[in-house]
Amino acid sequence: MRILLVDDSKTMRNIQKAVLAQLGHTDVLEACDGQDALSKAPAFKPELMLVDWNMPNMDGLTFVKTWRQNNKSTPIIMVTTEAEKSRVIEAIKAGVNNYVVKPFTPDLLSQRIQETLQRAGAQAAAQAAAQPQAAASVVR
Amino acid sequence: MDAMYIKPFIASISNVFSTMMQLPVTVKEPFVKSAEGPSSDVSGIIGMSGDVMGSVVLSFSNATAENIVALFCGQKYDAGSPDFADAVGEIVNMVSGGAKALFKDRKVSISCPSVVLGTNHKLAKQTDVPTVVIPCATDCGTVNIEISIKDTRAAAIPAAAASAQA
Repeated sequence: MRILLVDDSKTMRNIQKAVLAQLGHTDVLEACDGQDALSKAPAFKPELMLVDWNMPNMDGLTFVKTWRQNNKSTPIIMVTTEAEKSRVIEAIKAGVNNYVVKPFTPDLLSQRIQETLQRAGAQAAAQAAAQPQAAASVVR
Repeated sequence: MDAMYIKPFIASISNVFSTMMQLPVTVKEPFVKSAEGPSSDVSGIIGMSGDVMGSVVLSFSNATAENIVALFCGQKYDAGSPDFADAVGEIVNMVSGGAKALFKDRKVSISCPSVVLGTNHKLAKQTDVPTVVIPCATDCGTVNIEISIKDTRAAAIPAAAASAQA
């Protein structure tokens, strides 16, 4: 699975990479801010993104809003120190699928990654099941 | 400075250090920093803006910072390494972010962190805001949280009331 890790702190990227490796995910590309992520993501075609909020050049929220204009389905987890409820709501409205507040334990991050991927998988399956039915109703 | 701005930092540093480093923190008596000191070797700095304005600094001796960074990163870096400064920045980012979430009814943004390195350096700060130092003892050494913030909303309320009376 291709995972894009967007955080301006190399330390945080390393910590998250270690958790991903424990889960068996090693195809990980790193970006140091929103702009860097926007330049790398189209070619990399990530199947999951972990995105920090406060970053120089382009913050994570702006990145998510920009990415969501053309990519509705990529699962995105916001991993940030922004812990206020209003911030979480703002992020969800922007298109974030799940939210992890720093500091986190490796177990919590693993759990959020797994539940996000499960939900995304279930959604994709539901969409795939709905498509033939929709096509059939058009033909009739 | 109101205690409502001190307690969130105590709760946040305890949470960050225990979650990320399994490192218990014992908080000592806070005090107002004088012009003379204390100085430090490593300072991680975050700016706050919005309803609360000012800065938050985590200050350490070199040895303490190296020990804490080693626990945080899972490997030892010397103070000259860019990875060392990055880790210190992330620690102050987490402590400040966690504290601001505990400020009641205040909307606050935090800046990206800066890190200053240099034996026995001192940081010049706003003179109109006192700096409260919270010493935090750990098995790695003592970390000081230096808080120089003011509540801009509280300052605006009397001014607005005065202009309404005039």
